[in-house]
Amino acid sequence: MPVIPINYYIFLSLALFTIGIVGVLTRRNAIIVFMCIELMLNAVNVLLVAFSKMHHVAAFATDRATTVGTEAQLFVFFIMVVAAAEVTVGLAIIVMLYRNIHSVDINFLNRLKH
Amino acid sequence: MHINEILFWFLTALALFSAMMVVFSKNPVHSVLWLIMVFMAITGHYIIMNAQFLAIVNMIVYAGAIMVLFLFVIMFMNLNAESEPQKSKWMKFAAVLSGGSLMLILIAALKDNEGFISSMRGEGSIGLIKNLGKVLFTDYVVPFEISSILFLSAMVGAVVLAKKDSSTIVS
Repeated sequence: MPVIPINYYIFLSLALFTIGIVGVLTRRNAIIVFMCIELMLNAVNVLLVAFSKMHHVAAFATDRATTVGTEAQLFVFFIMVVAAAEVTVGLAIIVMLYRNIHSVDINFLNRLKH
Repeated sequence: MHINEILFWFLTALALFSAMMVVFSKNPVHSVLWLIMVFMAITGHYIIMNAQFLAIVNMIVYAGAIMVLFLFVIMFMNLNAESEPQKSKWMKFAAVLSGGSLMLILIAALKDNEGFISSMRGEGSIGLIKNLGKVLFTDYVVPFEISSILFLSAMVGAVVLAKKDSSTIVS
């Protein structure tokens, strides 16, 4: 029976999250920054599913008909729903910004307040 | 080495490499394509962990819908590698340093765990649509309806924001 420690999934998720943070900090293109935020959301999703599976495996050893872990997967589903809504509004804001200042450079974003 | 472990390491390497390429590619279109590769790898992880419904939803919603939206916006703006703004070397160094130290601290805080994930025979029904749909439409029906209202408001908001000739938005 193959056993994968939960630590591996934690490290994978942390690495993806850190790459997302580095991308947000290093890039100046607003669209790339937005994509890195999506990357961080997905890192969290992977971790939630891994914990759901871990608890399900632990509960399955005693009760074969258990449904432990369903809530976490539904939570991931709702995160995806909210992320989709967020992407539509965020991209609309970026398009509006590009129309007004003809750039997606986040260093020029302070012009939004004028 | 079992097939699950081989798949785990392959998908992990693919996800991390593609995520790095998302950050470090100069061309935004290449970044989007690498991000699709990250989502494919994450979908594979979901399938390994018996989350079949989430794997399909991740594929359709993220790789199918959201990334196409990103591609449309990037091609609409006609961005390319030459017009790509760059931060200075010191800013990049500071960003990598702070991100790396955050990862170091989080790993040091979270490394002592006893849990594990295994695949047993006869298991894997909680990730199916039958079980998830039953829970979604009985216990979580109110959040489901609220998310539909959220989608409606996001749709209206996107149309209002991206409308071309609105005298209220243009400063």
